[in-house]
Amino acid sequence: MTCLPTTTDRKLGLAIDLDTCVGCHACVISCKGWNAGDDGAGLGDADPYGADPLGAFLNRVHTFEVQPEDAPAQIVHFPKSCLHCDDAPCVTVCPTGASLKRTEDGIVLVNEADCIGCGLCAWACPYGAREMDPVAKVMRKCTLCVDRIYNDALPEEDRIPACVRTCPAGARHFGDFADPDSHVSRLTAERGGFALMPEQGTRPVNRYLPPRPRDRAPEVPMLTPVAEEPTGFLAWLDRALEKL
Amino acid sequence: MTPTKTPTAPASPFADEIRKTTCYMCACRCGIDVHIKDGRVAYIDGNRDHPVNGGVLCAKGSAGLKSHTAPSRLRAPLRRTGPRGSGEFEEITWEEALSTAADWLRPIRQDAPEKLAFFTGRDQSQSFTGFWAQAYGTPNYAAHGGFCSVNMAAAGIYTMGGAFWEFGQPDWDRTKLLVLFGVAEDHDSNPIKVGLGKLKGRGARVISVNPIRTGYSAIADDWYGITPGTDGLLILSLIHVLLKAGKVDLDYLARWTDAPVLLKEAPGAPDHGLVLRNDEGKALVIDRRTGQPAPFDAAGVRPDMGGRLVKDGTSHRTVFDKLIRRYMDPIYAPEAVSRACGIAPDRIHALAATLADAAFSEPVTIAQPWTDFRGERHEEMTGRPVSMHAMRGISAHANGFQTARALHVLQILLGTVETPGGFRFKPPYPKPFHAHPVPHSACHPGTPLAGPHLGFVRGPDDLALKDDGTAARIDKAFTWDNPMSAHGLMHMVIANAHAGDPYKIDTLFLYMANMAWNSSMNTAGTMQMLTDTDENGDYVIPRIIYSDAYASEMVAYADLILPDTTYLERHDCISLLDRPISEADAAADAIRWPVVEPERPGHEGVRGFQSALLDLGVRLGLPGFVDGDGQALYSDYADYMVRHERRPGIGPLAGWRGEDGSREGRGAPNPDQLQRYIDNGGFWVGHMPDEARFFKPWNRAYQDWAVKMGFYDAPQPYLFSLYCEPLRRFQLAAEGHGERQPPERLRARIKAQLDPLPLWYRAEAEGDTDYPIHALTQRPMAMYHSWGNLNAWLRQIHGANPLYVPLEIMEQHGLKDGDWAHVTSPHGRITVPVVGMAAVNGKTVWTWNAIGKRKGAWALDDGAREATEGFLLNHLIHELLPPKGDGQRWSNSDPVTGQAAWFDLKVRIEKAAVQPESQPAFPPLKRPPGIRP
Repeated sequence: MTCLPTTTDRKLGLAIDLDTCVGCHACVISCKGWNAGDDGAGLGDADPYGADPLGAFLNRVHTFEVQPEDAPAQIVHFPKSCLHCDDAPCVTVCPTGASLKRTEDGIVLVNEADCIGCGLCAWACPYGAREMDPVAKVMRKCTLCVDRIYNDALPEEDRIPACVRTCPAGARHFGDFADPDSHVSRLTAERGGFALMPEQGTRPVNRYLPPRPRDRAPEVPMLTPVAEEPTGFLAWLDRALEKL
Repeated sequence: MTPTKTPTAPASPFADEIRKTTCYMCACRCGIDVHIKDGRVAYIDGNRDHPVNGGVLCAKGSAGLKSHTAPSRLRAPLRRTGPRGSGEFEEITWEEALSTAADWLRPIRQDAPEKLAFFTGRDQSQSFTGFWAQAYGTPNYAAHGGFCSVNMAAAGIYTMGGAFWEFGQPDWDRTKLLVLFGVAEDHDSNPIKVGLGKLKGRGARVISVNPIRTGYSAIADDWYGITPGTDGLLILSLIHVLLKAGKVDLDYLARWTDAPVLLKEAPGAPDHGLVLRNDEGKALVIDRRTGQPAPFDAAGVRPDMGGRLVKDGTSHRTVFDKLIRRYMDPIYAPEAVSRACGIAPDRIHALAATLADAAFSEPVTIAQPWTDFRGERHEEMTGRPVSMHAMRGISAHANGFQTARALHVLQILLGTVETPGGFRFKPPYPKPFHAHPVPHSACHPGTPLAGPHLGFVRGPDDLALKDDGTAARIDKAFTWDNPMSAHGLMHMVIANAHAGDPYKIDTLFLYMANMAWNSSMNTAGTMQMLTDTDENGDYVIPRIIYSDAYASEMVAYADLILPDTTYLERHDCISLLDRPISEADAAADAIRWPVVEPERPGHEGVRGFQSALLDLGVRLGLPGFVDGDGQALYSDYADYMVRHERRPGIGPLAGWRGEDGSREGRGAPNPDQLQRYIDNGGFWVGHMPDEARFFKPWNRAYQDWAVKMGFYDAPQPYLFSLYCEPLRRFQLAAEGHGERQPPERLRARIKAQLDPLPLWYRAEAEGDTDYPIHALTQRPMAMYHSWGNLNAWLRQIHGANPLYVPLEIMEQHGLKDGDWAHVTSPHGRITVPVVGMAAVNGKTVWTWNAIGKRKGAWALDDGAREATEGFLLNHLIHELLPPKGDGQRWSNSDPVTGQAAWFDLKVRIEKAAVQPESQPAFPPLKRPPGIRP
């Protein structure tokens, strides 16, 4: 069993806007590309051109249909990756200390050198956010691109997770939830951002911004005719043109 | 246990170098940063400086390296050794390949150049491939627009001088209401997502009209789940409600459109319904100041939309007069159209009210003085913040041209085109139809064509007909069947060549077009036509040359393969002469360049198709490709991109022209031009003056800038065409006027459907009772046509494609998720897995496009889900409509443009037994040499 820090200095994480996500999977593949590394060994793909390709992904987009009683059916695109929980059961269940939560920024990581591939952490995670690499046989998970966000070799504007940098719709936001004035904290406050499955007691850091209400009748006045017939309309037109 | 150390970072592809080029994973053409490590492509992300994507990148773009390294890449030129369609090939040298092609093409050119049909698919170099075909002298050239979106493009050009996507964009920064019609993951990919993000960020309203609520429609504030093929009726109903309420922009209409232009009213006369013009050819309006006719562009004229004139005994009324009489008709009332559209009347009223409110209650004003073409100065720019975007959902129907016209008329009535907050053109557009060429088709042995193949007809005189009235082109473009087929009809080439109608051809030459699979309607029939033999045992289509980068299904059906490079290994130009990537405030173009060299160890190797085509042009001695001594004018495509001049000073690339690179738009070729592009990140942007940014068709500053840049050679202000006069000319012919007369079988249809004011008619084939369900395809956002499933990452997102079926239909047929169903159309039957769905029009089933693959293609295992479960709807669609009992087989296409009407498909569905794989299934193709899964 591995210990969690009692508190972290910062709480880095993502605010994901479900109102804006169009389900394009840009974040999925950008994440895959960055974390696979230049030789692909970082996130393996088994049987890539075969009957049953199976690759490790740190981020996936799920699609759900919602059927309200009084409105047309809706579709919600739901990107899911590690939520970097404060009470991360994936860490406490780890028998080797490979799973850990960092004191300085709250990022949950796997020390692959110590991972024995037992898979307990994936069982413990209620979100299904960890995936066993089918080639390397070690556990993989979202690192918040820890090798980008502190990386002086990258331009400052690129020191953000790859998924955030690439999201075309701007639905992904990265920041420090411990800072109430951060962009992500303010967005969460303004938009009623919520924690996923709080009943699990994991205290996730990531927040989801809910879809705005849809399919509401517009609050605009209905139009009233100026004429019912072309002749009447032409008379109206003549008067209207005079006023121009 | 307490962790003692922070793990080392995962392997990072930190690059030795970033090379900036242009993506080709779809037609969006974003700027990409290609991270190179040890000479290999390590990672791809978006170029932050690029005008198209500004740094973001979609799933396709990020997955590009997996397409670049895919095992399905071709490795060498191939010569067919087995029967056509078997996939049996031998590798040959480039010299053998090019000399074989030249030996085939040389005698054709000398005897009958039309016997070469050269059609390109997802080509982004049509300016070049068209130039080659013109020099060769065959009339038979086009790209894939005929089965893509020509209805949209042509309707836009004929109505307002440009359409959506490459022609224009919503004013993303100012619009307050965006309405999407029939837009799935469509062009243009990333800019729409970026724009939707902007709109969401500031609380602007997004409405989607679409039978299926996926993708962009999923995040729309309001969804109109319309019945397919009825968008035009909905739009005309909106026009009806808005007109009756007087909610149209009268000032805009009077100044900038043909609403006040006078039409002759002389039923039976040869000019009935044509525009009244003066001796100089200028359209006339009634000037409200004098009550007298005046040219539309006269200084100070105040056009009267209600004007009337009796001249020489003929009465004349305005376009607007005709328009209100048409659309105030109660047949367009929401209550009258509701049933057909599948939308309740109150929701149509609500949509009209929403449009009117956004347009007229909060106009957007920019404090920017400007001067219009009549010489009037305006102190500010005021616009209507309503924008629209539409794509194939309205385009790929047999009423698509008129529907797209109706949509543009709606935009114009609201005063939203080229005004702040509305829809904005992107240079070199706007450009009205009369500033485009007409099509050229007269062909003579050994001689270039007199002008470009494709263009915009003004009337019957411009049709591509031979003296005997038969079609000059193999695809029958620009004939009475489809007179405004501005992009050609690639989908008819194989069927017509097989039938020898209008004539037989010798060689079919295709580039990037998977006609033996997902790019054809009637896929099985197309494979049959490609392999059919005549009574002598010779192939009915004698020779097929194909160029592709990958082992696609089409490769197996060609005799000679010219293997193309991947997009990271090639030169390309994204040219203003072709399909531009400009922004509303700026002209822009871009290049691709080999960020890595094309290496295929152990094989002959691949070449960029354009360079191969140049080589072929030299071998054939084509003018424009060789000098007077027969020596090559260009060493390769990169050299052509820099030194070719289409007109003096105008070349493929507009940036850094002039010998010292100081000119833009016009200027002498600059030998360092490509390096300047590379140094700038692969693209060039030329901004227009602030005064030129809106009202472009009528704005003197824009017109002068456009001339300076070389888009055209003199200012050419024009009015938007609510009334499409060229259509009226075809109607007049159908009414018996003029020397060129349509065949009798088409007279009634031309009179009825080539209406100069938009109208709606039911698009789909007869047989509602037997085939009550609409069937559609959509592109998934992470995939683009057939380019996706060769990609190890993308195929893990979309590895199979069930048929999505409305829950009511599932219940009606006792279907559960994962069950199988027979799906039957008048043309054929497929048997496929089904999944229920709620967020879809109740009469519509759909699936993802082109996920299904043929076994043996794309270097996938035969057991790949794409080849077992995956399927194509194409098998259900025929290029001809079912017989109607009139002795004719009518083409399954739009009667104006010939656009393939693949969204008119109707089917019935029945539960089937569980299947081992989707039906129809075809025998596996043999893989070309060197290709392993």
